[in-house]
Amino acid sequence: MTTLMNALGYGDLPRLLGLMTGDEKHSSAAHSTLDVLWVLYDRILNISPATVDDPARDRFLLSKGHGPMAYYAVLAAKGFVPEAALAGFGGFDSNLGYHPDRNLIAGVEIASGSLGHGLPLAVGRALALDYRQQAGARVFVLVGDGELDEGTNHEAIAFSGRAGLERLTTVVIDNQSASHGWPGGIEARIAVEGWSTVVCDGRDHDEIERALSLPHVGRPHVVVARVEVGS
Amino acid sequence: MTNETMRQRFYRVTADLLDADLRVAVVLADIGVGYLEPFGVFGRHPRRAINVGIREALMVSTAGGMALEGLRPIAHSYAPFLVERSFEQVKLDLGHQGVGAILVSIGASHDWAEGGRTHNSPGDVALIGTLPDWTIHVPGHADEVELLLRQAALSDGPVYIRLSDAHNREPRLAGATGIDSVRRGSAGAPTILAVGPMLRPVLRAAEDLDATILYTATPRPLDAERLRDAVTGTDVVLVEPYLEGTSAGAVAAALVDRPSRLRSIGVPSVELRRYGTRQEHDRVHGLDAAGIRTRLTAFIEHHRAAEPSTSA
Repeated sequence: MTTLMNALGYGDLPRLLGLMTGDEKHSSAAHSTLDVLWVLYDRILNISPATVDDPARDRFLLSKGHGPMAYYAVLAAKGFVPEAALAGFGGFDSNLGYHPDRNLIAGVEIASGSLGHGLPLAVGRALALDYRQQAGARVFVLVGDGELDEGTNHEAIAFSGRAGLERLTTVVIDNQSASHGWPGGIEARIAVEGWSTVVCDGRDHDEIERALSLPHVGRPHVVVARVEVGS
Repeated sequence: MTNETMRQRFYRVTADLLDADLRVAVVLADIGVGYLEPFGVFGRHPRRAINVGIREALMVSTAGGMALEGLRPIAHSYAPFLVERSFEQVKLDLGHQGVGAILVSIGASHDWAEGGRTHNSPGDVALIGTLPDWTIHVPGHADEVELLLRQAALSDGPVYIRLSDAHNREPRLAGATGIDSVRRGSAGAPTILAVGPMLRPVLRAAEDLDATILYTATPRPLDAERLRDAVTGTDVVLVEPYLEGTSAGAVAAALVDRPSRLRSIGVPSVELRRYGTRQEHDRVHGLDAAGIRTRLTAFIEHHRAAEPSTSA
């Protein structure tokens, strides 16, 4: 891994978040993802600004594209995005929109915003990596529990389970924002589709790391990361 | 192989591409699986020949994910499910990601009239046409399907290929991607541009008319240069096998620097609530040779009547 001159830590994230303004509507959602994003980029993902085009890199797909401030803050802390760009958040000349675009930011794997697209796109990526027998490369997707309302996720969950997409890990940030809830639990509903499942505290970095690191031979894995309701 | 339907040719060529081109993938949503199975592609290419089940949105998104990894996916289904049900996936998981794929539909307009509105999709070309950068092919013959599919497999862009049961007697490969001149009328005579399988009824409808007849299997991007060169008069008739007027804007834009009158002939935007056959629907919509001729002559004569110097 490249050592970054400006390597920043978790403690810098509040300051980086503070450089962005304006996205009032989505601000609480942004912060629900902060700890999981940090653990992914700090401890899990085999990716750096120098390896954004490496075929062997891990792919991280932020499906829950709204509320991207936490994502941009982590990308800035890890050197993917210049810190100076954060202040322009959402501006006409900024590459950092209220919904991220892979075509504008190196290292961002998908353009997202409309809910329910990241997991289905990840299926295609995982299949292609399987076909290429690309060693290493894993595919991580972050969705919200409310986002799971979108039926396209369930098309992808059912198919990935049956296809045994071992490369695929989905993190569900669960702040109980789904209007009609998920009786029986999100993890149970995905387990019946053939996935490996685990629930963790979405604020506890060691727990998040352990949950993301569990082996899941021959099947996809879901981590339900619980955070405070309404965060 | 000359009696192959467009659909049969598509499956055969797709199987061949999967074997020959390591970049090509095919993603299906049940429809088409039974046709591709005899070629053995699912066994030979388990991660490149994919059936996601009856999940058309996932089919298109999966194609998008594969394209993001550098593959050249073909996604295929009935037009209403491929284009209309999955439209946001087409818009976001291909175009907005900055990647392309080859979408191949069957069930053109009212090809399966017996199936009713749920299986008819006359608006597909207009819909895809709202998205930037798409190439839209409406082949008129199985040989054109093969040429266009092989060509699309070599590119990276977004390509929509619309297969139909209706077809022309002979392929016109020169008109596959551009505009081909089928017949020259006298100077100033009306020009008729037939798209895809509409050439066959157009040739019959205009058999004894003094008109220039043009053909293209690619309404988008429309070959504006050849159209401008071929049009010598003011009267232009556009005959398309889908929603009437879909390419009218492109034709008008090509002829913007000269006086012209355009008559669009295509499938009207109506809910017929009738079953029956494709031929019966063509007749009701005025898309058979007789219906096209009625509108052609009315259009041409109206012009003559409107110009005293030529009506005498």
